[in-house]
Amino acid sequence: MTDAVMTDVQTPDQMRRDRAARASNAVRRSLKKRYAAEARFRAYGIGAVGLALACIVVLFSTIISSGLPAFTQSAITLNVELKQDVIDPEGTRDKSTLINANYRKLVFDTLLAEFPEVTGRRDKRALTAILSSGAAFQVQQLVTSDPSLIGQTLELSLPVAADFDLYNKGVINKGTAESDRRVSDQQMAWFDTLKERGIIESELNTTFFTNADSREPELAGILGAAMGSLFTMLVTLALSFPIGVCAAVYLEEFAPKNRLTQIIEVNINNLAAVPSIVFGLLGLAVFINFFGLPRSAPLVGGMVLALMTLPTIIIASRAALKAVPPSIREAALGLGASRMQVVTHHVLPLAMPGILTGTIIGMAQALGETAPLLMIGMVAFIVDIPGGITDPATVLPVQVYLWADSPERAFVARTSAAIMILLTFLILMNALAVLLRKKFERRW
Amino acid sequence: MGEVDMSNAVEVTAPMASSDAARETKFHTRGVQVFYGEKQALFDVDLDIYENEVTALIGPSGCGKSTYLRTLNRMNDTIDICRVKGKIELDGTDVYSDKIDVVHLRARVGMVFQKPNPFPKSIYENIAYGPRIHGIATGKEDIDQIVEESLTKASLWNEVKDRLDEPGTGLSGGQQQRLCIARAIAVQPEVILMDEPCSALDPIATARIEELIDELRDNFTIVIVTHSMQQAARVSQRTAFFHLGDLVEVGETGKIFTTPQDQRTQDYITGRFG
Repeated sequence: MTDAVMTDVQTPDQMRRDRAARASNAVRRSLKKRYAAEARFRAYGIGAVGLALACIVVLFSTIISSGLPAFTQSAITLNVELKQDVIDPEGTRDKSTLINANYRKLVFDTLLAEFPEVTGRRDKRALTAILSSGAAFQVQQLVTSDPSLIGQTLELSLPVAADFDLYNKGVINKGTAESDRRVSDQQMAWFDTLKERGIIESELNTTFFTNADSREPELAGILGAAMGSLFTMLVTLALSFPIGVCAAVYLEEFAPKNRLTQIIEVNINNLAAVPSIVFGLLGLAVFINFFGLPRSAPLVGGMVLALMTLPTIIIASRAALKAVPPSIREAALGLGASRMQVVTHHVLPLAMPGILTGTIIGMAQALGETAPLLMIGMVAFIVDIPGGITDPATVLPVQVYLWADSPERAFVARTSAAIMILLTFLILMNALAVLLRKKFERRW
Repeated sequence: MGEVDMSNAVEVTAPMASSDAARETKFHTRGVQVFYGEKQALFDVDLDIYENEVTALIGPSGCGKSTYLRTLNRMNDTIDICRVKGKIELDGTDVYSDKIDVVHLRARVGMVFQKPNPFPKSIYENIAYGPRIHGIATGKEDIDQIVEESLTKASLWNEVKDRLDEPGTGLSGGQQQRLCIARAIAVQPEVILMDEPCSALDPIATARIEELIDELRDNFTIVIVTHSMQQAARVSQRTAFFHLGDLVEVGETGKIFTTPQDQRTQDYITGRFG
């Protein structure tokens, strides 16, 4: 032991070398640990991204797979004779006569003629259930728009009732007990016969894109809700963009930095965190009850959503204004530009891409918002396509909510289809935001 | 600039100022004090700036020379916590009084900044902007003429005349700074303030700017803040030395660099501090 101690006595030079070697060893040992930590962290990251992607894939594939059937619709081709004595027995061609004529009888008789063996009242009713109530409406439209057709026999493609459409798509099938389904064995047999005769075919569901809501799934469409969304968004944009940008410019460029502006700033951030349903209640209490604006109208919906979008736009605009380098402001001020000129000629144009990006993201948020609109009556069942901002309307997400709530099975596919349309708009808007950001990236 | 030995007095090459009798006072400042919040940045500065002459403000970092410069065209107004006291007169009118509008003041007293800061617009628009907002020129021909004149005076015309539509930010650093000078003179100011205009430039670009400053002296009064004593010696006729918020010494550039009166000036120009 003593020998060992003796040999441990080192010259300063050796000691220095020793210390360096020890440090180098320590570094080498710790390296392994550090690389392991790095690899672990990277694995977590990849795992997180993978999980997120998987969720998106699952979400999209379920929505698309359950929504796609809604884009086709079964139709039956019938040779309908537009009998003069049923439509207009007196031959007056009077408008109200034409509108109120019994077109149901016309189309039902045509269908019944396909099965002469069906005689009983009950059987006849069961057979005519194959036709959608929209079939008679379609003939009515045709005749009222062109009365000269009366007396002719036309080959018409008429919509099939939703239950039979589902049977045609295989959603309703014989696997379920007859008492548990809405299509009886007899009806299935008739439908199969019609199919064998080649007069049932599946076509693109144009009704879905041209109609508003309906109690009959085969007649329900998305256009009413889409127009409602459009009008609502127009009101929101027209209100929140100018107000938001003006507020941001004032707070960022002109307002003195004191306690009051600090309180305002904090409260704008608070406003962004207020639950949207609260804005809905506010809209109900103030806009509808106090100011007496129309219920269920895009005008009020847009105003409520504008309140909700304002903080987003103000915060994004202020960030964009702040990102404009002070040297640009100094350059303009140094030339003798007034503060207003500095803002309108230089700062605002440079901040505009950022402001627009924030606005689009705020609008996308508003487009998907449901809760506040429920409070102001935009959840109503509305069959007419709105023609302006004061007409009763509903919006896309509320339409999704309404259809998801409907008992008819055929609305399942339509709910998913409506979600697809809503998501398409949202993705388009976000893509536009990204594009803007890319195109106008900092140029100084 | 390495050719100058810091331990010796700097060689003076700039021409001496014209005779005292001919000089007109442009800026007359007495007892200028500037506060940033509670902190005082300038203490009772008395300084006169003469017409058609280059006045250099030198001193170590944080000595208040830029602060003083920015009181002359009230650029300090943009800083909320900044307060200015004292008398600052341009041609006998107090610039902080109601008689002078700050926009008009800045049109008369132009400024060139430390970092070249052209607008992210075309070269042409950079120059045309000032005359346009002040209504100095209307009509395309007038503005075309001002653009050409200003760029020529800033000795940039030959380099950019074929690409006036290209963005000003695409030029090299030295060209950008000359563009900023051209932009300043396009407004036809009486005074041009320059805040370390060459600190972001290489020696060749610096030399060109210095030549330019010397040429501009015939038409404009120039006040330049610089960190480089060689530059002060080369371009200025009068030099003011600032230290810790005080104006220590002011005089003919030649005298300041050869026979400084104050010990602190002596120490600074011989490189003992700063």
